[in-house]
Amino acid sequence: MANSKDQQALAISLDNIACQRDERQLFGGLSVEINAGDVLQLLGPNGAGKTTLLRCLVSLSQPAVGEIRFNGQPLNQNLYAYRSQLLYLGHLAGIKSTLSPAENLRWYAGLEGDDVNLEERIELALKDVGLYGYEDQSCFNLSAGQQRRVALARLYLSKARIWVLDEPLTAIDKAGVAKLERRFAEHSASGGIVILSTHQDLQLDTLKQVDLQDYLPTPEMLLGGL
Amino acid sequence: MSSNSRYSNPGPSSPRVAKAFWATLKRDLKIAIRHRGELANPLIFFLLVITMVPLGVSPSPKTLALLAPGMLWVVALLATLLSLDALFRSDFDDGTLEQLLLSPQSSYINVMAKVFVHWLTTGVPLTLVAPLLGVMMSLPEAGYIPLLLSLLLGTGSLSLIGAIGAALTVSLRKGGLLLSLIVMPLYVPVLIFGASGVRAAIEGFAYNTQLAVLGSFLALAIIAAPLAIAGALKMSVNN
Repeated sequence: MANSKDQQALAISLDNIACQRDERQLFGGLSVEINAGDVLQLLGPNGAGKTTLLRCLVSLSQPAVGEIRFNGQPLNQNLYAYRSQLLYLGHLAGIKSTLSPAENLRWYAGLEGDDVNLEERIELALKDVGLYGYEDQSCFNLSAGQQRRVALARLYLSKARIWVLDEPLTAIDKAGVAKLERRFAEHSASGGIVILSTHQDLQLDTLKQVDLQDYLPTPEMLLGGL
Repeated sequence: MSSNSRYSNPGPSSPRVAKAFWATLKRDLKIAIRHRGELANPLIFFLLVITMVPLGVSPSPKTLALLAPGMLWVVALLATLLSLDALFRSDFDDGTLEQLLLSPQSSYINVMAKVFVHWLTTGVPLTLVAPLLGVMMSLPEAGYIPLLLSLLLGTGSLSLIGAIGAALTVSLRKGGLLLSLIVMPLYVPVLIFGASGVRAAIEGFAYNTQLAVLGSFLALAIIAAPLAIAGALKMSVNN
């Protein structure tokens, strides 16, 4: 699967990021370099700003202070290149319950403009997440964990190299978690980037951790009002 | 950076854009067909209100013929308004809206596909039913063709303009009234030219001026509205 093109470097750099939500500052002064092959786990208690940071990383919102760069350029100047490499799984699974798992995945593949052997690959991806035999059922007949798995099947289908995953392991059983960890390891070994937030311990060699508690806003930041 | 283009996907070539457009179009059509009940709502509303008019106002053909062009247009407009709130609601609730906005393809294309499906499932059925209701309203014979044509062009603008309002209010839990307040003033010109075109035809005048104006509204809306819709959706998702 990996060809020479896939081996090119990817780099995301966060420069002195501060995020706020509803006028309340969550964290500040966060600078991280994320390179090809990294798996970055965001830690922090509930409400620490993990989701907010992930949404900034996919440019759904903007940080209050600081800049996020992709391959040295600010995100908004490089958006097409960035988004064609990006796979984001948010808080909401992004699955239409009226449609079947296969139909949902077909739409995602269509957005990426990807249709080489699509039917076959969708079937394989659904098999990989343990949904073989469910591909033509409506998603509202599936359990919460299974619906989550439909969204996770995108990790086996998409060619995106940057994965930004918000709590991807919620509602997934132990065997499923182990399998996903293997998928993360595979992705990082092939030169991809995984950025995820989870409260579970991950067994990965290339794991980097960022604890948002280490970046609590300092009193000057609060007084400066940004 | 020269290395950039080597590993990023090929540029926004038309096949990719077309694929994204078709993917969203097919998905929304499928969903619309599976929710047939909701699909019928605006039509039933249109039918019910127009049936009430002869009962409530006057059954005399002369009075009805006088009311017909304006009445048909006003109710078609209200029926469209009724269907707008659902346009982005379910996508917003299940997270597919943010996924749609994160697509590397310009949001213009995907938004266009969504609005096109909305028009296919409300504007077109309303247009097709209108002549039938014209009979009920004793619309004079000269009015049928202009009614069809003006509604066909006009409902396109109604869908596009309405989608701006729907996009602005999608993140509000109870945005229904606000949506009507935003959209109604923008609907007024479409209503004026649509209804007056039909009336002109009945009175024996040429109606191509009104159709031309409706056509230019539509052309303008096709160019500008998706940009406004995409911008409004980005704001609504960024909360």
